[in-house]
Parts: sequence; C-alpha cells; structure tokens
Amino acid sequence: MSSASAPEPQPRGSGFLAFLGELVRRKPAGAVFGSVVLIMLFAGLFADQLAPHDVNAVRMTDRLQPPSATYWLGTDQLGRDLFSRLMHGARISVTIGLTATTLSTGLGILIGVPSGFLGGRLDIAVQRFVDAFMAIPGILLLITIMSLVGPGMLQIILIVGTYSGVQASRVIRGAVIGIKENAYLTAAEAIGASRLKILLRHVLPNVVPPVIILFSTTIGYVILAEASLSFLGFGLPPEIPSWGGMLSDEGRRYMERAPSLAFWPGFCLALVVYCLNMFGDTLRDLLDPRLRGASGRMSGRGVRQIAPRAPRAAS
Amino acid sequence: MYTYLLRRVLLLIPTLLIVSVIVFLSVRLIPGDVIDVMFAQMSVSGRSNLPSREALEAALGLDRPLHVQYLSWLGDIVLRGDFGDPLMAIEPVAVLIRQRIGVTLELGAMAIIVSLLVSVPVGIYSAVRQDSVADYLARSLAIILVSVPPFWTGTMVMIYPSVWWGWAPPIELNPLVEDPFGHLGHVLLPAVVLGTALAGLSMRMTRTMMLEVLRADYIRTAWSKGLSERLVVIRHAVKNATIPVLTHVAVQLPVVIGGAVIVEEIFQLPGMGRLLVDAVGRRDYPLVSGINVVFAAVVVLVNLITDVTYSWLDPRVRHE
Repeated sequence: MSSASAPEPQPRGSGFLAFLGELVRRKPAGAVFGSVVLIMLFAGLFADQLAPHDVNAVRMTDRLQPPSATYWLGTDQLGRDLFSRLMHGARISVTIGLTATTLSTGLGILIGVPSGFLGGRLDIAVQRFVDAFMAIPGILLLITIMSLVGPGMLQIILIVGTYSGVQASRVIRGAVIGIKENAYLTAAEAIGASRLKILLRHVLPNVVPPVIILFSTTIGYVILAEASLSFLGFGLPPEIPSWGGMLSDEGRRYMERAPSLAFWPGFCLALVVYCLNMFGDTLRDLLDPRLRGASGRMSGRGVRQIAPRAPRAAS
Repeated sequence: MYTYLLRRVLLLIPTLLIVSVIVFLSVRLIPGDVIDVMFAQMSVSGRSNLPSREALEAALGLDRPLHVQYLSWLGDIVLRGDFGDPLMAIEPVAVLIRQRIGVTLELGAMAIIVSLLVSVPVGIYSAVRQDSVADYLARSLAIILVSVPPFWTGTMVMIYPSVWWGWAPPIELNPLVEDPFGHLGHVLLPAVVLGTALAGLSMRMTRTMMLEVLRADYIRTAWSKGLSERLVVIRHAVKNATIPVLTHVAVQLPVVIGGAVIVEEIFQLPGMGRLLVDAVGRRDYPLVSGINVVFAAVVVLVNLITDVTYSWLDPRVRHE
C-alpha cells in the first residue's frame, strides 16, 4: 500500500509478515477462516500422500459402506473411500480456484484499468461489451460453451476465468474511477505529472487493495461455478472427483441408501466458500482505509445503546 | 426525464446487439468434429429427420457465410418473433419457449419475494442494532446464505425428509388453472431454496444502505423532533434505504436465472432452465440460442425498467 491511501500511521514493520501479525492481532476470527482455507489448500496439494486410501481403488465388496474406522465417511457405489475422494476434490477446487481466479483478475485489470482511467468513448464502448456479457446469465453461457468444447479441467479454467474476468473488470473500473476523484490526483496533475506517471505511481498502487479483496471473493465464485457445471454434467468428466460432480453423480443416484454421499461434497464446498468469503471480509476491513477509520471510531462499545440517535457522521 | 429515458434506451441498443452476437457466436463457432458427434448421436437416437451430415449443417445454417447466418437469425427474431426450428422437436423454438417460460417466471418471482421477505427485515434490524449480538448473527447468516450452493440445499431437501420421515417433494406439476394451490405449493419449496440463496446479498445490501441512511442529517432532524424509533426507522429511513435494494434485485437477475436452471433440474420442474439443460445435453443448438437470447433480453429489459423506475423515485439520479 502506498502512503497516500493510508492517512493513519503504518503498522510496525512492513511486508507480508507484518501484515500477518496485524491480521492475527486485530482479526483473530479472520485468521481462523484463513487457516481453514489453508488446511483445505494443504489437503488438496498433498492429497496423494495424505489420503488414507487410493482415490480410484474400486472394491465392489465394500460398496456403500457406512462410516467406519477404515472408511471414515463410508464408501460410494464402487467401494471407493469417500474421505479420500473429498481430499482429491479439494485439490480440484483449489487448482481451478487459483488458476481461473488469476486469469480472471488479470483480465479484469487489463479491461478495467484502461476503461476507468482513460474514460470517454473507449469507456462507453468497452462498458457496452461488459454490459452484454453481464446480461447473459453465467451458467447459460458456460454450459453452452462447455458442451461445445467438451468436459475438462483446462476448458473450465479458461472459460470460467474469462467470464468472471469480464465481471471483475467492472469492479476494478469502479475502483479506478474512485481513485481518480481523489484530491492527490488533481495535485499530481497540477504539478505536471504525465498521465503515464499518474497511472503507474498513483492509480495502480491504490488498485492493489481492491484487487486483493476481489481475488479472495472470486476464488469462491469460481469454485462454485465449477461445482455447478460439474453438477449439471458439463464440467469435469465423471472419473475426476470434483465436489459438484460427486454430489450429482454418486450423491443423487444413491440418495436413499447413502445420503452422506450427497451431504459431504456439498458441505465441503459450502465450508470453503464460507471461509473464503469471511476471509475476504477480513481483508476488506484491514485493507480499505475508509472502512478502517469507520470501524475503529464509530463502532466502539458504548455507542450502541444510543446508536440510532447518535448522528454518526459528525460533520 | 425524457432525455434521460432516451439516452438509456439508446445505450440499450448496442448492448442488445452485442448480446445477440455473443449468443450467436457461442454456438455457431461449432467445431467440425462436434457436428460429426451430433450426427452420430442423432442417427442412433432415431429422433432426427435429417438424412445426412450436410443436411444437419444446412439445418444449423452453417452452409451460409457467418454474417448472412447472423443477420437472417436476428432478423427473424426481431421482425417476426421467429426463433427458428429446433433440431430434435416438432414445434418451433418460440412455441417451446412459450410453453416453458411460465414456470420459470413463477419460480423466479416467488424466489425473489421469499428472498426479500427474509432479507429486508433482517437487514433493517441488523443495521438499527449495529454491532449487537443479533447484528453479528445476521451478518454471519448472510455470508452463510451466500456461500451455501443452492444445488446442495436443494438436494438435501430432496433427500433428508424422505430418509427421515418418508416424505418427498411431489414430482408431477399440476397446471396452475386446474389446481392453483397444489401448483403454487409445488413451486414454493424450490422457490424457498432459491430465495434463501439470494437473500444473503440483499441482506448485506439492506444493512449497508440502512446504516448510510441512518447517518443522514434528516434522520438526525427526525430524532430531534422527538419521533419514536418506530417512526424514524420505518417512515423515514426504510423508504430511502430500500430503493437501492430493489435495484440490486434487478442486478441480481442473472443469478436468479442461473439458480433457476439448477433448481429446476433438481426438483424436475418443467421450466426454461430444464429445457436449456436438455437442449444443451442433446446439442440442439438452435434451441439453445433461442433460450439464451430470451433470458438475456429479459435481463436487459428488466434492468432498463428498474433504472427508469429508480430515476422516477429518486430524481437525483437523472442529474448525474
């Protein structure tokens, strides 16, 4: 963060470690949500080593088993261990979440920054395209294109990433326009800074906090998009243990005999997305200086009892 | 007002044109090997009356140059309301859509009502009691609702009542005219599933808008006049705070439609969403484009109506 965006004194130290320290000190709950996400990431990355059973080992004698010491969450219709498959599902979600979100954020910056910074006719033209993309409900366009290119990991990453990148560009454009209204930008113009310099020195550094927040919430969106596609049968091929596909294929077909096959994949999805959203909120509190001031002074104890009566924005 | 209206309508035209190009291209840039697969599928299923691969290409309009295809497709829709013929059904696309759109509109409207009934009161209370325990609970609830995928809640609603109590949601949908209560009751459960999924965002929106309005000068004036909390909150604050929430509902319409597709699939409702999933599954692309264009047009028009209503309710918007 540049000093221009944070009128308050900078926290002690600098860099990533100091930020982590501040996170744990000021937002312990947020740190917990972050840790759950990290555990999922870890489980996904090392699923091969950590999973108690081979993910695709078929044991027809052990099909649709209830939870036991051997199979912690039971087995599916082919006798495959549900817990191990969930861990591999975490890997799928993590991989798609991170790669598609990177693509999405990159594309969002590429479209949103010029559109917001330059404004004028370019902005009007670009925004009509963005409007058009946002008018077509995501799932519709995604399943249509997925049915043409066929199921697969790379296809999902590219298509979901591109689609959400167009949406992300709206948010980034908004952030850039917000930054342009600041007095320090007028000041920079007044002392004769070139537009390129204004962009590089003043606009881009200040876009970083909203981009980080956007990144954290987009991961959740992307993970849900992949799960929805796989649920409808247009995402990953059935042999890949994606949470959405597990919920749809095994879960719904055997729902009377083994309801837990549908319960756990959806639960994992909801948990990860919930923690990502909560963590995103924590990041927003820590990184958005406007909210930081507000939450520090206005929401202190003692204000609550008279909350509706006290004029909050004392001018 | 009229210049504002005129500008909005003029900006709408390029958006709609680009939408139609995206929808058109998304299925017309169809790879050649997919056509082979389609032809094989259709011959096996025996549902097709197209004798050869060339006939299939002609039915898809692929034998003509791209711009000619696009212009004739768009021209038929705009001038005659003709969306063309599907590959694997007898009725034209427009008729199929007309048969199915009612259920989806019903589901969407009920889901939006459910979501507002939940989110607006909770959001208002949460803002009025900012930073109380109830506020924290409401905020966590909002994020839970945003995070839990409707296809999971929907599946759970299908599974667990039948496992525990032997009760399952009905599968056959009675027509609205014959059995209005049975019909609405059938759509209600899917609508609740979809509505709660939508409620999270509106709840956050309501809370934020309420907090902003509660800080406004005129609210301080209302307090200093000695009005009761009830009057200040309900008569003065809520009115202004909920207008943006209604706009937000329109912005969320693509999410509502996407959710409807999934919920219809789970609850086996015969709406546009299932028509689309079936059509995509059978690779009936003329039908797919028709459905996508109708949905997108609904989104664009509803957004226009909302913007115009908003500028009528809140004159400040017009003078931006």
